[in-house]
Amino acid sequence: MQSNNKKIFRYLIPVFLVLLYVGYNSASLFADESHTVDSLTETATVASHDAEHHETIGEMEHESAVEAEHKVDAGKLIMEHIGDAHDWHIATIGKSHISIPLPIIIKDNQGFKIFSSSRFHHGHEAYEGYKLEENKIVAVNEAGEINHEASFLDLSITKNVMSMFISVLFLCWLMLSVARHYTKNAGKAPKGIANLIETLIMFIRDEVAKPSIGPKYAKFLPYLLTIFFFIFINNLFGLIPFFPGGANVTGNIAVTMVLAVFTFVITSFNGNKSYWGHIFMPPGVPKALWILLVPIEIIGMLNKPIVLMIRLFANITAGHIIMLGFFSLIFIFGAMSETLGLGVSVLSVAFTVFMNFLELLVAFLQAYVFTLLSALYFGMAVEEHAHEEHH
Amino acid sequence: MELVKPGLGLIFWMTITFSIVLFILSKFAWKPILNSIREREDSINNALNAAEEARKQMSALKTDNEKLLNQARAERDQMLKDANDMKDNIIAQAKKSAEDEGRKIIEKASASIEAAKVNAMNELKTQVAVLTVDLAEKVLRKKMEDRAQQESFVNENLKSITLN
Repeated sequence: MQSNNKKIFRYLIPVFLVLLYVGYNSASLFADESHTVDSLTETATVASHDAEHHETIGEMEHESAVEAEHKVDAGKLIMEHIGDAHDWHIATIGKSHISIPLPIIIKDNQGFKIFSSSRFHHGHEAYEGYKLEENKIVAVNEAGEINHEASFLDLSITKNVMSMFISVLFLCWLMLSVARHYTKNAGKAPKGIANLIETLIMFIRDEVAKPSIGPKYAKFLPYLLTIFFFIFINNLFGLIPFFPGGANVTGNIAVTMVLAVFTFVITSFNGNKSYWGHIFMPPGVPKALWILLVPIEIIGMLNKPIVLMIRLFANITAGHIIMLGFFSLIFIFGAMSETLGLGVSVLSVAFTVFMNFLELLVAFLQAYVFTLLSALYFGMAVEEHAHEEHH
Repeated sequence: MELVKPGLGLIFWMTITFSIVLFILSKFAWKPILNSIREREDSINNALNAAEEARKQMSALKTDNEKLLNQARAERDQMLKDANDMKDNIIAQAKKSAEDEGRKIIEKASASIEAAKVNAMNELKTQVAVLTVDLAEKVLRKKMEDRAQQESFVNENLKSITLN
């Protein structure tokens, strides 16, 4: 154990140094005005070859004057990262943004308008009477002023939607390949990824669905498995810092709301007589108190999905904010003094590594909690009260 | 505050996507996976039950065997005992009959010895009588050699015989 730890440290030190170096370079690039896309590849090459090290350092010293003027707005940066966007921003090198434009779909009284978000030129230009303002689509009039009265539906494929599509495709591919494995090797022990997935499926079935719902668990199991893996996979994708991941899907309140509404609708549709009876005609209570109790019960019923929605949203968003906050520290201190930024980056990276492990746990835990609570609500809805008169 | 305002577009796409995913996974992934897991569990359970059943049968067989063995052992013991008893009986009987036979033989022998003794005694008596008569004749002959003595003896005897 002891020697193992030492070994890990021996490997971690070079990793830290490399991270530090890359962080150092990107810190200088962050505010660099003259670099273009070409220089990204150049810097990447530089980063991997020690020989050209000094050249970059020299460049950076030369540009430090520009950097000093650049104020880092961590709040705005973090909010931009955890919020939604109409293009998938990968990196900004100087003034040139490397981003994938995403389709804009707008439904207004003239019908559907579908075009690429690159038409907006990152909010610099209006197109078809619409403009990007702080990553939100707003209607503009002829003169280019914002028209608040215009009513339209923004159904664009945003960064979160795109990220969700990717993770969902991955999820479907994964599960269908696992299912194929099962149909091929019927009756045999699972191998590889199917084994891993089976462990999770068995966990949801035996530890979540069966004890929470009771004998009627089989009906709800597909939904429980779907939300568990949907949330889990999206949480994990959110932890990947670049392209296929990086979006804050499960940390978006719209996504968690839809999931919570699904749970609520399924609970309500499966609620039996005693479930609704407890809400609208609380048994064992004087009828005069119903006027007080029924609203409370209704609030309690509506409270459950709201709690589900907020818990997942807050947990995942908080994780993203913490990690981005640690990284922002590097740039905030780096803007003050390069050496300070360098020093802080060690701490930041260390903390972010720690947070990443914590977030891996949270990714699983929140998926589990959401599934468990959904299962508990289903259990309440289908529970048979054998001795109702005693309540 | 932008953060806690759910976007309509995202709700729309999320609802559609999630419904489709739920449908696809339920139909094409969870159903076959759960079914095959259940089937496998059933087959494992069946196998375990069968093994348990076999084990029970084995132990039942073992007790049966034990019982049979014990029975056989008891029977053997009984047979040995019986044989022993029989042997003792036979020996005792043989002894008894031999004793009886011996006693009979002895009795017969002593009887014949007695008879032989009586015969011998009788013969001896006859012999003795003959010899005595012979001896007495010889003695008398000797004594009656002399006529005078004969006459005197006859006279004497005659005298002692009283007629009438």
